[in-house]
Amino acid sequence: MTTVDTPARPRKQAAAPPGSQGTLLRKTGDWARRAPLLPALVFMIVVTQLPFLVTIVTSFMDWNAYYPDERAFAGIDNFRRVLTDANTRQAILVTILLTAAVVLISLVLGLVIALLLDRKFRGRGIVRTMMITPFLVVPVAAALLWKHALYNPEYGLFNGVLTWIFGDNAPQPDWISNQPLWSVIFALVWQWTPFMMLILLAGLQSRPLDVVEAAGIDGASSWDIFRYMTLPHLRQYLELSALLGSIYVVQNFDHVFTITSGGLGTANLPYSIYQTFYTAHDYGRASAAGVIVVIGTIIIATLALRSVSTLFREETGR
Amino acid sequence: MSTANPATSAGPTFRKPPRSGLLLTGVAWIVGILFVLPVLWMALTSFHSEPDAATNPPSIAAPLTFDGYKAFFDSGPWPSILNSVTASLLSTVLVILLAFPAAYALSIKPVRKWTDVLFFFLSTKMLPVVAGLLPIYLFAQSVHFLDNIWLLIILYTSMNLPIAVWMLRSFLAEVPVEILEAASVDGAGLARTLRSVVAPVVTPGIASAALICFIFSWNELLFARVLTGTVAQTAPVFLTGFVTSQGLFLAKVCAASLVVSLPVLIAGFAAQDKLVQGLSLGAVK
Repeated sequence: MTTVDTPARPRKQAAAPPGSQGTLLRKTGDWARRAPLLPALVFMIVVTQLPFLVTIVTSFMDWNAYYPDERAFAGIDNFRRVLTDANTRQAILVTILLTAAVVLISLVLGLVIALLLDRKFRGRGIVRTMMITPFLVVPVAAALLWKHALYNPEYGLFNGVLTWIFGDNAPQPDWISNQPLWSVIFALVWQWTPFMMLILLAGLQSRPLDVVEAAGIDGASSWDIFRYMTLPHLRQYLELSALLGSIYVVQNFDHVFTITSGGLGTANLPYSIYQTFYTAHDYGRASAAGVIVVIGTIIIATLALRSVSTLFREETGR
Repeated sequence: MSTANPATSAGPTFRKPPRSGLLLTGVAWIVGILFVLPVLWMALTSFHSEPDAATNPPSIAAPLTFDGYKAFFDSGPWPSILNSVTASLLSTVLVILLAFPAAYALSIKPVRKWTDVLFFFLSTKMLPVVAGLLPIYLFAQSVHFLDNIWLLIILYTSMNLPIAVWMLRSFLAEVPVEILEAASVDGAGLARTLRSVVAPVVTPGIASAALICFIFSWNELLFARVLTGTVAQTAPVFLTGFVTSQGLFLAKVCAASLVVSLPVLIAGFAAQDKLVQGLSLGAVK
């Protein structure tokens, strides 16, 4: 890191021994080193940070597209209305429940399946390919598949199988109406378990096998090896997949929109903001809700990033 | 090396009894089949006639037909599919063009505070997209840029750029410094070093980053739904037209879902190993 943090000035250090790692760094100045980074950095700031600044400004304004003349400064009014609104509170709760349930269930399932696939057996490649498939179905298409082809009470596969097994008197539950949130969660778990499984399987296969075999020779049981060797080794991979999974599941829109259209108490924050903005055209409130989501995400993400950054710590600058 | 293989297993104590191995293999197969079953069911249903698709109990042996596909293609999906192809491909190209030099700056010749820059990129992924949607909508509206495929291309580029920077950085970190030194000694400039020395080494990394960006752009719904109308509509938006459709269109819905998913399914199957590296931002090799 030292050569990086204190880059030597080219002229003063020209007498440095050639062939050392510093030579390359010394030949180019600070700006030459930064220049390749700038286009991406500027692009990201303009496209993602500027709009968010506007969102913050809008969140303090009374602004409804239906009443364009009544645009005015509103202070913290929007925030007060959003935070005292029962629907928003419900949406916050749903977002937390949905994210936690989907990430935890698919993480545990993914771990079990990764352990199953970490052995050599006939057709392992085929099973792996079958496992990945749910992740490769376009999310809207997957949600449509669950809503119409699987959950539908009249002709869905689930109730069809029940009829097969139990005959004409089989129970025919209306899955989405009875358990709307769990219907969304299960469809999401199906789609995200392969993601968790893939990362954890890669983690398992990077495990040094000779150490594991030595432990086996020394008489450690399979459970001991899992508990004291595999699990600690997998920790970083579990954290990484939980973090990445959360980033995407928190923002889920497609499944809520498609399966329940936010009805039956399944509207999460992205969906309810979409509605406030797109249907109710209340720009001020939508922005305030957006700012609240971002603050919440930043708090959680800061904690999460701290633990995951261990995964990248070993590669320090060159 | 495998402990399951008795020939190389070091001691008899660690050799697993074959029966439990067979059982685990069976469980693995059953789990795999359960996960792929909904997709197979979707595929089978898409080849049934509408009345056969909507029966209870399911009619597995019903005669196969292309009616569902015909109904889907008759409903005019081509413009939206073409838009999806355009938006996904062009934004992927843009992402790689921007991310490659940035990743180079962050890995091979780290700028000061490089970890901060890196985490800034990742943090933009955590900003819920809905929070930035309204200003983008209002801005696009005021400059008459709504329902324009280029708006989506720019937004998809910003959506995938952080992922690509992270991935490419970890691949570039593996390029030996000696090679770069040699290029530098031979008098190669930055552009030439990138093109002739670094690029060939990290081509697999670029391919995997491009694949991930393509998939995420192809799948995106929220931006496309809010910011496009009839002209720039993408395939996922076209699919949302089926959200309210009921009963008798099940085969058509299944056919549509399968056709729209097909590019991602093919790309994903073809590059399973790259997919892992890409999804884990290059952190998992």
